[in-house]
Amino acid sequence: MSNENLKTKLAEYNAVAEKAIAKFPERKNLTFNRLYTPLDTEGTDYTTDIGFPGEYPYTRGVQPTMYRGRFWTMRMYAGFSTAEESNKRYRYLLASGGTGLSCAFDLPTQIGYDSDDPVAEGEVGKVGVAIDSLADMEILFDQIDLSKVSTSMTINAPASVLLAMYIAVAEKQGVTPEQLRGTIQNDILKEYAARGTYIFPPKPSMRLITNIFEYCSKNVPKWNTISISGYHIREAGSTASQEIAFTIADGIAYVEAAIKAGLNVDDFAGRLSFFWNAHNNVLEEVAKFRASRRVWAKVMKERFGAKKPKSLMLRVHTQTAGSMLTAQQPDNNIVRVALQTAAAVMGGTQSLHTNSKDEALALPTEASVQIALRTQQIVAYESGLADVVDPLGGSYYVEALTNKIEQEAWDYINKIDEIGGAVVAIEKGYIQKEIQDSAYKWQMEVEKGDRVIVGVNKFQVEEKPVEGLLRVDASVGELQKKKLADLRAKRNNNAVQAALAKLESAAKGEDNLMPFILSAVREYATLGEICGVLRKVFGEYQAHATL
Amino acid sequence: MEKLIRVLVAKPGLDGHDRGAKVVARALRDAGFEVIYTGLRQTPEQIAETALQEDVNVVALSLLSGAHNHLFPRVVELIKGKGMTDVLFIGGGVIPDTDIPGLKAAGIAEVFTPGTTTTSIVDFIKANVK
Repeated sequence: MSNENLKTKLAEYNAVAEKAIAKFPERKNLTFNRLYTPLDTEGTDYTTDIGFPGEYPYTRGVQPTMYRGRFWTMRMYAGFSTAEESNKRYRYLLASGGTGLSCAFDLPTQIGYDSDDPVAEGEVGKVGVAIDSLADMEILFDQIDLSKVSTSMTINAPASVLLAMYIAVAEKQGVTPEQLRGTIQNDILKEYAARGTYIFPPKPSMRLITNIFEYCSKNVPKWNTISISGYHIREAGSTASQEIAFTIADGIAYVEAAIKAGLNVDDFAGRLSFFWNAHNNVLEEVAKFRASRRVWAKVMKERFGAKKPKSLMLRVHTQTAGSMLTAQQPDNNIVRVALQTAAAVMGGTQSLHTNSKDEALALPTEASVQIALRTQQIVAYESGLADVVDPLGGSYYVEALTNKIEQEAWDYINKIDEIGGAVVAIEKGYIQKEIQDSAYKWQMEVEKGDRVIVGVNKFQVEEKPVEGLLRVDASVGELQKKKLADLRAKRNNNAVQAALAKLESAAKGEDNLMPFILSAVREYATLGEICGVLRKVFGEYQAHATL
Repeated sequence: MEKLIRVLVAKPGLDGHDRGAKVVARALRDAGFEVIYTGLRQTPEQIAETALQEDVNVVALSLLSGAHNHLFPRVVELIKGKGMTDVLFIGGGVIPDTDIPGLKAAGIAEVFTPGTTTTSIVDFIKANVK
């Protein structure tokens, strides 16, 4: 059918549909059209805009075979209480068929405080595992062969210290840095914009990040040195387009910083990875994944002149949306997570963490984690969604939406360029404001009933209190304090002080800090001591709160 | 003219998730309250000092990290210790039902958990502020 005929036919259809909905009003307030046809993908060229999987611009996926080769890495985010407790959970997850580890650290660890620091009171071991020194890290990975498993660590401001501890544990196991596979999040810009666990001001933070790029490109070649994260931007309330736009703008800032530090783009770009959210609107999410790959490939090729195919590929870890889980009727969350999983898989993620049904209430229990992991396994082995590469490619709707999201992302990226780049846009509060506006709009839509959340603003029931939630024992803080006191009594404190002094003088100069941090870690200097030295030299970031 | 209700929205502890706190702060402002937001990572001492300086009627604490049992009562204690006995304390975040009676006994008038509407928070403040 020619496009002219199609337009006529579409007009006829619309006339019929309008008549039909006059009696049964169509659902209001939806942002998408009712129906998509080839007219909505007019101007899209298959060869240049979509192409084949594993080929520029990677719309259909970064690998040629995707899940026909092997499934995505099933990587459950876990960690709580002590290193001993978390080690048990990791070994349980690996025994249950998890194929990678993902470490959650508690807030004091994420902000570079030891468990015995007064500000850590009440927080030790709560939202993740408490790691104070290499001694804790040795326990965390006890009986887990680091040459076999790939590990993701959600750590940002003190990422270099935790990576150094990981390298040191591997050494003790007889595993070389060249063998290590995994990811550190190491994305500070989104901490200022959306997640709040920053320590240092932007400039020294960017230095630490580029130090890691450089160190790993020479010494830990299989390590993903950053996971540029949209996840938290989305959790803070952004839209799908904002999620990828702000994240890719952050990515541009990292690449610029690394090039400015003298690195060659093709030496580090292949180890940059991304982290997306999988929200509830399945098809919009699939389009988001596809659009994001296309935007990044163009950025790397056209803006930075990257040559290696790997430098152009947006490889992504995904987590299902924690903020979309409800405390009401928590069993319904299993269904939400299944849909989000389907979105991530049809979107072509490289690794996936599924949330557990009880996460709007507490940290997940072992039983609820198992359901979350089984959800991935059912999607992988039973649903057929993984049988075909990019199964929704060619859908009029998904292609049109991919184009739309891509365009919206470019509009934001251009705007951020005008402001002076992501660092300046964050310092000026622009990105925070855009995210907050979206969060507020969402909440008002929910409260007005324009947006239905099952069990929350519609289909409510009288609820019984949920039983059997995981509780972190309040004694964890005391336990960690005692471990620290023992450590400080046992280690060679002169060697610790010497290593810290060398780190301090290096921080004042321009050397790569990774070797100095590694030396301090090997002497069992604590996370708080190492970050304390860097705090002294670099200062601390002071956020200005905007409403 | 009636004096406006002044609300301090505060984030105690190390938790950086402030979506809820900011949405609530904005809704309270839209409802006609005067709202002061502390920003992240405030110690109980800092929050008490701000409450005193700003002479607020309401202190709304937001926390998702699980440290509420330690931090919320401490904030109440410090603010009362400054002679501010008429302050209405409310809390919100990921807070298990089983912890709520203890927090109420410590002086938190109401705890709003996920799924709460901002309207219900506004109504609660209007009905309970002294």
